[in-house]
Amino acid sequence: MKTRRDFIKISTAGAGATALGFSALGAKGFSFFESDKQGPVSDEDLTPYPTYCEVCFWKCAGWTYVDKKGEIRKIIGNNDDPHCNGRLCPRGTGGVGMYYDEDRLKTPLIRETKADGTQYYRKASWDEALDLVAEKMDKLRKEHGPECLALFSHGSGGKMLTHLVKAFGTPNITAPSFAQCRGPREVAFTATFGEDVMSPERTDIRDTKCLVLIGSHIGENMHNGQIQEMSHAIENKATIITVDPRFSTAASHSKYWLPIKPATDIALLLAWIHVIINEELYDKDYIEKYAFGFDELKEHVKNNTPEWAYGITTIEPHIIRATAREMAAAAPSTLVHPGRHVTWYGDDTQRSRAIAILNALLGSWGRRGGFYNPEKVHLPTFPHPPYPKPTRSWKDAYPDNKYNLVTEVLSTGICDATIPNADLNCHLRGWIVYGTNLMASLPDQRKTLEAINNLDFLVVIDTMPMDITGYADVVLPECTYLERYDFVRTSPHREPALALRMPAVQPKYDSKPNWWIAKNLASRLGLEAYFKWDKIEDVIDWQLKQVGSSLEEMQRIGVKKFKREYDDLFWLEGLPDFEFNTNTGKIELYSTELANEEFDPIPKYTHHPEPEQGYYRLNYGRAPMHTFSRTSNNHNLWDLMDENSVWINPKVADLWEIKNNQYIWLKNQDGVVSSFPVKARVTERIRWDSVYMVHGFGHTNKKLTRAYGKGGSDSELVTRVVMDPIMGGTGMRGNFVTFILENPAKENKEDKA
Amino acid sequence: MRYAMAIDTLKCVGCGDCVVACQTENNVPHGYCRDWIVENVNGTYPSLDLEFRSERCNHCDNAPCVRCCPTGASHIEKGGIVVVTHDECIGCGACIQSCPYDARYQHPDGYVDKCTFCMHRVEKGQNPACVDVCPTECLHFGDLDDPNSKVSLALKNRTHKVLAPEAGTKPQLYFLT
Repeated sequence: MKTRRDFIKISTAGAGATALGFSALGAKGFSFFESDKQGPVSDEDLTPYPTYCEVCFWKCAGWTYVDKKGEIRKIIGNNDDPHCNGRLCPRGTGGVGMYYDEDRLKTPLIRETKADGTQYYRKASWDEALDLVAEKMDKLRKEHGPECLALFSHGSGGKMLTHLVKAFGTPNITAPSFAQCRGPREVAFTATFGEDVMSPERTDIRDTKCLVLIGSHIGENMHNGQIQEMSHAIENKATIITVDPRFSTAASHSKYWLPIKPATDIALLLAWIHVIINEELYDKDYIEKYAFGFDELKEHVKNNTPEWAYGITTIEPHIIRATAREMAAAAPSTLVHPGRHVTWYGDDTQRSRAIAILNALLGSWGRRGGFYNPEKVHLPTFPHPPYPKPTRSWKDAYPDNKYNLVTEVLSTGICDATIPNADLNCHLRGWIVYGTNLMASLPDQRKTLEAINNLDFLVVIDTMPMDITGYADVVLPECTYLERYDFVRTSPHREPALALRMPAVQPKYDSKPNWWIAKNLASRLGLEAYFKWDKIEDVIDWQLKQVGSSLEEMQRIGVKKFKREYDDLFWLEGLPDFEFNTNTGKIELYSTELANEEFDPIPKYTHHPEPEQGYYRLNYGRAPMHTFSRTSNNHNLWDLMDENSVWINPKVADLWEIKNNQYIWLKNQDGVVSSFPVKARVTERIRWDSVYMVHGFGHTNKKLTRAYGKGGSDSELVTRVVMDPIMGGTGMRGNFVTFILENPAKENKEDKA
Repeated sequence: MRYAMAIDTLKCVGCGDCVVACQTENNVPHGYCRDWIVENVNGTYPSLDLEFRSERCNHCDNAPCVRCCPTGASHIEKGGIVVVTHDECIGCGACIQSCPYDARYQHPDGYVDKCTFCMHRVEKGQNPACVDVCPTECLHFGDLDDPNSKVSLALKNRTHKVLAPEAGTKPQLYFLT
């Protein structure tokens, strides 16, 4: 049955079809590469323009090199940038592919319905599309209140949209980076130290003597600064301890690899804490001066011996002891990494708490080789009237005061608040989705679709026709980061720095930068007072002049470093007096905040469901050349990896008679079958009780001509979500899959016939 | 002068950045590459070894591709860099067959192409693009005749190996182990 909001695969009906695409350029691909038989061009014949990368959210600064014909040739890192030190990662280097992608969104599109009920997209002018969006927003504002609008925003261009919707009057601004990613660790570290980990992570991997990674696959997770610093740590002969059920790249570079049984990490962490306390290996002065609740912790872990943990984790007791002693020997330059995507099993805040506690015992918070204190340049906001005060928010979807400890808006909470419910005070009716492919970034697609089907309108702003795009009422094509200005990057680091992004070329097709979109919507909504400037360059120049720079200077240098205002990079070296931002003013080994909310004040191990016979736990992760699902169609990166595979242990493959490179289908515990076949990778690098996939493949939008149908989507198989009761994180690693060797679609077709 | 490259397998994470950087620097057409990543897994779970290698033309001292080239398009430049002059290449592919490292490919425009150690950059005293981009700094390039070059120091201080030494090609790509 068709819903009101049929998925439209960005095909346009009628004569005005957006046919400019792959075929127009010939079968070989880019005209740009074919036209130039000269090979390399000397750097002297190229003009560099400063930018910072948008292919992932590490935002490395670099230079876009443009040749005399006005074509982008390459992107090279900026040597002065602390995020990348002149070296971009494969995605940053391959960012050119984002600009040249012939599948890009090329013009605004408006959903129309024909007389026979079929829906299609009609090419529209910007005026027409923005008029329609403004009309829908205005109607919503008048009939239901501005709080009924939500913005999903992931990426630099979203800042201007955020400004717009705040001026409009809604507090419902969210990104999947909290409830589907970093949230548990931020809440846990705040509960322990009174501060969070931030992005880029304030981890001093560069100077550490012992790096402990728990499911954190640096090297496959290509966050540039992290990988560069891990390489330094290897050079400095730091001990690396990796805990992972899979023999990850990081595991292969480690002195100790602990091939843990999935979902048992808290048991290992408690055993480590037990050893460090019982063998008196902890930093006594540090704990005595700064910590609260040590005696309670000691009592709490007294039975969590390595022998106890062995039965749960399958890690041998002597290894648990040896690794605990290694950590203590290197302390305080021991970094138990807090990880980044940590929404796994629903008790993730507690696991992150155990990691925070372990770091506290080792005295690494605030010390060299542990965690540093980043600083940023504060650019003043361009003057504007105060934002209106919203009276309701998405949180009203949870009338029982759930999630008091939530520090950001839950993206899944927005879905909950969109699905009609008699008890709801704030029922969301309109979404603007910017730069995030919700079909892949949120778990439980059925729920996302239910929410979408209940919307009055959905606007999607993106550069590419992603899976979410086909559900939009209006599609607005943004130009890529190489074709636009954005707000200056101010992200914190050891040394504060600013980075400029400016266009290297004019926007291709009829695409526009987000600041332009936001400003032109504002003028249609009577919000001009919030946008009292002509171009974003005026805002950037004004902001830069407030801190002694200018647009002209930044156009020349790209990155400007500033001196630290405070000499407190490692602010707890020498044990100075320090008041932590917690209830007790101390590092809370025993969390009073969690206790007040009736959660466990000290982490406990809980047993998680295990797969039935014939099923395997679905683990997922990243590949260094791709970012989520947003790069799979990028030709340069597609060349490196064009599909994912499902990793299967050879013993398991033998049982199923699955051969390496054989295409199979996956079915999860709820009967959901993968839409596309996925290649089996039979490898010793994975345990026999789990399988592994790189996230972000198996696109369903046919307009992604390279990525469509390539590989499997882990997201569609994540239908069981275990909510973290503390902060609403969506635990996504409690899903189990089994294998189907014959094409299940054939059967279905026969059924229908 | 003798150019060589040393690749640190203890640092390489196999990200493929060297491959993309080469592609954009040298206009390598999509679907082809001058350098590539090899992932080598040995052992049985959980006793495993994994080696990533960033591989490319070995710029051999005793290069079979140069010896077998009927037109002289494949030749050795200053510093031992093995190069194909595109205009002189007839695309016969003999060199592709002769290379024990499978380092050459048939360019869609009809000639054989391969890594040049980014000769256009090296001539100006720069590093090859792959060396300058590598986030782990696992690639070291330089002149073996200079004892203080990065590559000489790396080979002096570390154990290393070459690929297919039995082929007798005297390769100049060294893998630090």
